Amino acid sequence: MPYERGVTLKMMEKMIFGRYIPGDSFVHRLDPRSKLMFVFAFIVVVFLANNIVTYALLLAFTLLVILMSRIRLYFLINGLKPVIILLVFTFLIHIFFTREGDLLFELGFLKVYEEGLRQGIFISIRFLVLVFMTSILTLTTSPISITDGIEVLLNPLKKFKMPVHELALMMSIALRFIPTLMDETDKIMKAQMARGSDLSAGPLKERVKAVVPLLVPLFVSAFKRAEDLATAMEVRGYRGGEGRTRYRQLKWDWRDTLCMVIFVAMTALLVFYRS
Amino acid sequence: MDIKLQQVSYAYSMGTPFEKYALFDVDLTIPHGTYQAIIGHTGSGKSTILQHFNGLLKPSKGQVHIGDRVIAAGRKAKELKPVRQKVGIVFQFPEHQLFEETVLKDIMFGPMNFGVSEQVAEQRAHDLIKLVGLPEDVLDKSPFDLSGGQMRRVAIAGVLAMDPEVIVLDEPTAGLDPRGQKEIMDMFYSLHKERGLTTILVTHSMEDAARYADNIAIMHEGRCVLNGTPQEIFSDADTLEKYRLELPHIVRFQRRIEKLMGRSLPKICLTEEDLAAEVAHALREGRDA
Repeated sequence: MPYERGVTLKMMEKMIFGRYIPGDSFVHRLDPRSKLMFVFAFIVVVFLANNIVTYALLLAFTLLVILMSRIRLYFLINGLKPVIILLVFTFLIHIFFTREGDLLFELGFLKVYEEGLRQGIFISIRFLVLVFMTSILTLTTSPISITDGIEVLLNPLKKFKMPVHELALMMSIALRFIPTLMDETDKIMKAQMARGSDLSAGPLKERVKAVVPLLVPLFVSAFKRAEDLATAMEVRGYRGGEGRTRYRQLKWDWRDTLCMVIFVAMTALLVFYRS
Repeated sequence: MDIKLQQVSYAYSMGTPFEKYALFDVDLTIPHGTYQAIIGHTGSGKSTILQHFNGLLKPSKGQVHIGDRVIAAGRKAKELKPVRQKVGIVFQFPEHQLFEETVLKDIMFGPMNFGVSEQVAEQRAHDLIKLVGLPEDVLDKSPFDLSGGQMRRVAIAGVLAMDPEVIVLDEPTAGLDPRGQKEIMDMFYSLHKERGLTTILVTHSMEDAARYADNIAIMHEGRCVLNGTPQEIFSDADTLEKYRLELPHIVRFQRRIEKLMGRSLPKICLTEEDLAAEVAHALREGRDA
């Protein structure tokens, strides 16, 4: 551990996208396949909602999942702050630019209509629910399990000559190297700062120019690493997915079946209550 | 320019659940013109401490004096450029910082960031490339066409081109062949002597510390546990042992000779030549007596 992550990590500390928080809640223990299927299906089903009852249903359901994942709501909201800014922005756009329904109130040139408010709230809920669900997926599933799950789920596509195993491998390698590259960035940034390059001050043009001394060495080392990794894999006889057994076995149990049943039930309710 | 650390503590990820202290209350004074070695195991805080010498890291507690500048915890540190110009850092594997199209441009990068004119920077590059032991025609090549050892030398020239008063070296010879190691270390030593550069060497080579340093500080688990001349540090093998450090080869060799001779020499020798002279002296004395 010659260098510890400093500058770059500081920027990432508050972000929770793609971060995994180990635990053993109901959601944590679900099979990655069922979680993935659930989230993707959920993304589609969200668009079924079109009135207060159905949106309330979605929101309630999402809250239930968050509760079951035992991830603190405060942590989740705090981590998604940048998204929430986006959310507020969309909400405002809808409120001010939808001109249907009754006029609710007027403030100078700003007119807020009933339909605008409705649309704004609905879109915001939809957005929030989607972001929460996908965050819960990555927060409760280790990246490596997600990759495993994706590989198994995409397996049928092998019949159509899709390189499924290779894609999954690429994904896990990419994930594996994120922290490494972050360390590397930090190291090079500091070395260039010690040589008087300044990334955080000065006019925009200067700052853009200051990125070059950072990016060139980063790319050089990334390519070198890739080459070394390829050699190391070849030396150890890696020949692709053909006939390869796996160390981590995925297991489908009653929780996953329950999860699917709940999903079907929720969809049924949505279809029933939508107008 | 003296460098003084006063009660410096540093925590990574300060104020988050991942907060982790890497330095605890470090006090260390490096007087102008001395050669200071900092020794410690991996994870002892060596690399963290060296980033305080030019304000790359700001102490979480305590303060760092760099010449007249004070970088203190809790206060905003503005305009660190003058500090960075005066304190050059050669990081571990400095060849990773090369990025320009030509060696010449890369060496000129540092000085030009500090407002040195193009002509002067170019002149420095020409002088330094010879100093680091490379032929001048290397200047027009791409740094990525050079061998690892050559790249290391170019990177070192790039730091020296800033014309610093203090030079901080983090394992500058890691991964070089023995001859290259000696050449580089000797070059830094002669720069230290000729130009009066304050030199700070972060290393885990006891040999280098013994051979070159005026003072040796020992880091252990984020604390500076010992600081003294090589004679002082290496006379106490038991304490070193406690910090999982060994005596340098030459001192261990001296101990074995002393055992054979059945008597101890008056001082601890840090180089082969020194030891040979001392042993010869002792033998002569023994014969005369």
